[in-house]
Amino acid sequence: MSVVLIFLAAIAAIMIWWLSGQRLTSKPWLETGSVLLPDHHGVDRPPVPAVKIGLFVFLGVVGALFSLAVSAYFMRAASADWWGMPVPRLLWVNTTALALSSAALQWAKREAQQGRVESLRPALATALALAVFFLAGQIQAWRELTAAGYVLADNPANSFFYMLTGLHGLHILGGLAVLAHTTVRAFAADVQPERLRLSVDLSTIYSHFMLAVWLLLFALFAGWANDFVDLCRTLIS
Amino acid sequence: MVEIPSGSIPSAEVEDVELYHPHSWWTKYVFSQDAKIIAVQYSITAISIGLVALVLSWLMRIQLAFPGALSFIDADHYYQFITMHGMIMVIYLLTALFLGGFGNYLIPLMVGARDMVFPYANMLSYWIYLLAVLILVAGFFAPGGPTGAGWTLYPPQSVLSGTPGGKDWGILLMLTSLIVFIIGFTMGGLNYVVTVLQGRARGMTLMRMPLTVWGIFTATVMALLAFPALFVACVMMLFDRVLGTSFFMPAIVEMGTQLQHGGGSPILFQHLFWFFGHPEVYIVALPAFGIVSDLISTHARKNIFGYRMMVWAIVIIGALSFVVWAHHMYVSGMHPAFGFFFATTTLIIAIPTAIKVYNWVLTLWRGDIHLTLPMLFALAFIVTFVNGGLTGLFLGNVVVDVPLSDTMFVVAHFHMVMGVAPILVIFGAIYHWYPKVTGRMLDETLGQIHFWITFLGTYAIFFPMHYLGLLGVPRRYFEMGETAFVPPSAHTLNIFITVMALVVGAGQMVFLFNLVWSLFRGREAGGNPWRATTLEWQTPQTPPAHGNWGRDLPVVYRWAYDYSVPGAAEDFIPQNVPASDGVTREVPA
Repeated sequence: MSVVLIFLAAIAAIMIWWLSGQRLTSKPWLETGSVLLPDHHGVDRPPVPAVKIGLFVFLGVVGALFSLAVSAYFMRAASADWWGMPVPRLLWVNTTALALSSAALQWAKREAQQGRVESLRPALATALALAVFFLAGQIQAWRELTAAGYVLADNPANSFFYMLTGLHGLHILGGLAVLAHTTVRAFAADVQPERLRLSVDLSTIYSHFMLAVWLLLFALFAGWANDFVDLCRTLIS
Repeated sequence: MVEIPSGSIPSAEVEDVELYHPHSWWTKYVFSQDAKIIAVQYSITAISIGLVALVLSWLMRIQLAFPGALSFIDADHYYQFITMHGMIMVIYLLTALFLGGFGNYLIPLMVGARDMVFPYANMLSYWIYLLAVLILVAGFFAPGGPTGAGWTLYPPQSVLSGTPGGKDWGILLMLTSLIVFIIGFTMGGLNYVVTVLQGRARGMTLMRMPLTVWGIFTATVMALLAFPALFVACVMMLFDRVLGTSFFMPAIVEMGTQLQHGGGSPILFQHLFWFFGHPEVYIVALPAFGIVSDLISTHARKNIFGYRMMVWAIVIIGALSFVVWAHHMYVSGMHPAFGFFFATTTLIIAIPTAIKVYNWVLTLWRGDIHLTLPMLFALAFIVTFVNGGLTGLFLGNVVVDVPLSDTMFVVAHFHMVMGVAPILVIFGAIYHWYPKVTGRMLDETLGQIHFWITFLGTYAIFFPMHYLGLLGVPRRYFEMGETAFVPPSAHTLNIFITVMALVVGAGQMVFLFNLVWSLFRGREAGGNPWRATTLEWQTPQTPPAHGNWGRDLPVVYRWAYDYSVPGAAEDFIPQNVPASDGVTREVPA
């Protein structure tokens, strides 16, 4: 369970940082009066939209989900019946596609901020296509592995591979639905780029996060994570 | 503090939101996006399914006291009743009612918002919760009946044919229902958190929030981090059961056949389950702590003692509850050093919890105590919680837990601390806020009858149960039969407990009748019958209209506990009343 405890420690650090700015040591019973406007009401720092805060909280939930699954992976991997599983070459292609999709969204975000609809459209379409390519590639990787005899129930390493890639794929699929909606809106005739800005921004954050999750999972499957853990153990002992 | 002339402050800090306006009866009362309607929908659903669980507990008690009296209860049914009773009470009643019910109703009103920040997701949250409840109930009608694996669903037994529902539909429906519940809860939970973060009225700093909001807020954050553990555990168990994987399943011979599973770790499931399961205790307890603080302060006409400590204690309890989970696993064969670590963290939780109890008592000290129904329930909660908490100190120690672990003592402990205690708060809160929800008071006489039956009755049930546990009467047993170390007097006590359980259950019918009767015949309550300070009592209409506040959002000038302020005209000053000398002071945000 050490992975999830590290994750929780990170979450706790964020919460302590946030709470430390909330005057938890004030004495509200002595302080009658109205409250100064917080900093973000200045002209240069517009308030953070609620839906963006909501996305960050949701990413915290998704993070907890994957850290728990990875914790379970490590605990189960300690048993004797665990055989490693080969990493299909295709996963490298998929990883590249997902990274490029994220990059395309970053580009889209910049275009949306500057209100350039003509270049926003291809950026969004590229990101969408690459993410779809990633999902199709993942399914193809499953088919290759199954054909090579690495079926789900044979070995816990296989089971975890299919379960984790499946969970990750479902999260990508959810993000895709939102991104597709945004893209359709961007291609409408009477599109207003300033209204798309927030949607593109949110999709970008989500996409970067899911890319980070995928890179960690990929490292796990490729065995680098184990090497890293071993290295840490050597350093400690 | 800076003194500045009044009038230079804009009326609202948060931008006023564009509300969704319903167009038909369906979108107004059924597929409503108004948090107040959603709260009522959550509450009615949770209480309805809770009644099913109540009847199940009756059936179990009848079997224990009068074995064979009801011929349809066999061992399989008994385990199915245990499982469904536990799961319904903990998740589908307590969690849903505190967070979905009270959270939805109170958060927007108490922080001065028009509604939750994501009303559509809020509506979806309820309907997905309802779907989860229906999937759960479907277990009763499925071939083989619901699962009888115990509410902890420990593998491997939960997915084997020896357990009711293990190879039938029961366990599948249970796991699916939990997964659906968690998806729905996440939608609601995001709403509760972000509304507290972003939807507060101007002047409502975190340290001016009522403790109810602090409790629900912290509990929601915990739930958002803890429920994924249950989610992962359920998904992995579904894989084991349906697809033949071996996450949790060791090599096993069932009915003479070697199953295809092998090498899995049942302990892994226990870790995941209790990583959710222990925070779950506080997910239920923290809203109760918050609500009871507000009830005591309001009905003792006195500010809450040690508000800051109360806030810190809530946050610290929430954080600590994530590092104690393995105290549920002392008997799983864990390394003794782990047991020592988890016993230590468990006992440390007693410190912030004790601070809260002292502060409640000190709030009551020399207060102007009105023995209204909410106050009676709040007092009953303190006593019950202290009792249940003290036996928790016993069970938190490894050496005491090991012999007591499989006895009725544990049943008595957790029913006192997370069954009866939160339920008493729920009742107190319903008597307190019913006038705001409906505009009418609940009947006092019926309420008194309900209170005394519930309070004395639950003690009559669970106090003797501790003694049974110390005698060594095991829990989870369908029937005791002749056992050398269990004296006949224990059986007499069992009969007494069962009779009291039937009485307490029947006593709840008085409450249900009161809820319905007062809706039509109750005394008109007016806007603020308890003369309370918090914002939900200051709405222009009662019950509050869609959008809560009429034209202008409220502005908050003081904390939530200005009761019996020296020199003030009344013994309470609402949060939206400016300072009496007419000078507007500014305090830092």
